[in-house]
Amino acid sequence: MTHYLRTFGATAAILALAACGGSKPGIDQNGATPDLPAQRETLIPPIKIATPQSWDGEKPVAPRGFTVTALATDLKVPRQTLVLPNGDILVAEGSGGADAPLLRPKDVIAGYIKSKGKTPVKGGNRITLLRDADGDGRAEVRSILIDGLNAPYGLAFVDGNLYVADQDALLRFPYKDGDTRIATPAQEVTKLPSRINHHWTKSLAASADGTKLYVGIGSNSNVGERGMAVEEDRAVIWEIDRATGARRTYASGIRNPTALAINPQTRALWSVVNERDELGPQLVPDYMTSVRPGGFYGWPYSYWGRHVDPRVHPQNPKMVAKTLRPDYALGSHVAALGLSFVTGAGVGPFTQGAFVGEHGSWNRQDPSGYKVVWIPFVNGRPAGKPVDFLTGFLKDGHARGRPVGVTYDPVRSSVIVADDVSNTVWRVAPDRPTSTR
Amino acid sequence: MPSASSAYRPLLSPLLALLLSFPVALFTIALFTDITYLQTAEVQWTNFSSWLIVGALLFGGIALAWSLILAIRWRTARLYVLLLALAWMAGLVNAFQHSRDAWSSVGTTGLILSILSAAFAIAASWVAHGAKREIVR
Repeated sequence: MTHYLRTFGATAAILALAACGGSKPGIDQNGATPDLPAQRETLIPPIKIATPQSWDGEKPVAPRGFTVTALATDLKVPRQTLVLPNGDILVAEGSGGADAPLLRPKDVIAGYIKSKGKTPVKGGNRITLLRDADGDGRAEVRSILIDGLNAPYGLAFVDGNLYVADQDALLRFPYKDGDTRIATPAQEVTKLPSRINHHWTKSLAASADGTKLYVGIGSNSNVGERGMAVEEDRAVIWEIDRATGARRTYASGIRNPTALAINPQTRALWSVVNERDELGPQLVPDYMTSVRPGGFYGWPYSYWGRHVDPRVHPQNPKMVAKTLRPDYALGSHVAALGLSFVTGAGVGPFTQGAFVGEHGSWNRQDPSGYKVVWIPFVNGRPAGKPVDFLTGFLKDGHARGRPVGVTYDPVRSSVIVADDVSNTVWRVAPDRPTSTR
Repeated sequence: MPSASSAYRPLLSPLLALLLSFPVALFTIALFTDITYLQTAEVQWTNFSSWLIVGALLFGGIALAWSLILAIRWRTARLYVLLLALAWMAGLVNAFQHSRDAWSSVGTTGLILSILSAAFAIAASWVAHGAKREIVR
């Protein structure tokens, strides 16, 4: 019998070895030219889930000179936030993607494992309004502005209209200054692709002149494993005419554009994008990029320019040749979900650049992300390495929170961070107001 | 011909034989769905393979555990159990191979593992159904 046991032991060892796939030191995956190690596909992908744990009275850690307060707690899965002209803060709460069919044994198992890193709270399917009139960092007015939504995520405000990107449609609501409740039914601007909805989050931004709306629509798979037929109108950014609802594909091959924002210097559209999994702990870097109209960013055929993904069959050398290289790598598996540029004089020492919310990794043993970083810009282009802005989300391998949407608040010169594990919206504000205000 | 003092019965009881038929059939069909996937790149075929392999592992696992007990008592069962164990382990590795995405779920490695698991399962069944155990009266 011993030889059976030995063979079995050897198999178990091979599987364990296949699963570990540790990260190599000295690999820099931030900036315009990230190090890209060789692809490492393993039998079991490296997995590290940071299970939730209470903050226990503690808070995320901000740079010296900044104070963190919980603007609101006990929300129902807050994702993205928006600051209205009067300083009221809107929070989109919800969870989508529940209709994605389980096609393989893997879908069942991976879904269960990943759920361990999430809140047990059910998504609110609503927009909550927070008002902190006295500026103490705690919302004394809290009201459900809109409810009965379907996994709302992207938010935008243009000229008296509030736009909400549900997981299946772009909606418009009329808004008057001071409103705390909108009872008017939604007007549907356009339906959004929602079949399967593997990546369900619909990010949203308005163009600088307010005539166009941009919606980020994620892919329906990691790398085309549901077949390319279900990827029509996926991994794209749509440009929608605000007046007519007419739309065109603005960019494609952009795997999961989870947050969109307008660069205040160049007025160009920027996006943070989540790249593919299961090619190793240090592939593929998530990125932040200006979005070129008509640009193709590689998915699923290649990544970071012309690095071909062997899992796609048939391959497509023509599309690989067309692939644009993104502007700035954020690191592999960080899961960038938030993007916000500062405007005006910015906040404290953060005068020109963007905050990026990194939800945190699952596909590597050494967790990455789980923080908010600052990317400095000069003349409208990234210039320098990311700087930690809000940290402390991980403690002893557990996630006390996970940052999602990040919004610069120009009214109070502070930063709003949605946390979908502790169901909190954090405000990070300078101890002394920015002098140039 | 059995002697007056002993009788021969099939090694496998009807229930164990039934359980063993699952890995034989499912590993073999998975080989064909793998080949079809490699020829068409139609993902449904590799999805079929994934479920077939899991089914083979489930029923084959019960059969294997039962047969291990059998092998302690009956020498004639040992070759069969070895073959079934090899089929099961090839299948287990193949289940993980098939959990990779798109083309990597099969590829050359997946095809080889499917051939091995099917061949070992068929061989195990062939040996098992030929083997007998002696019942001493």
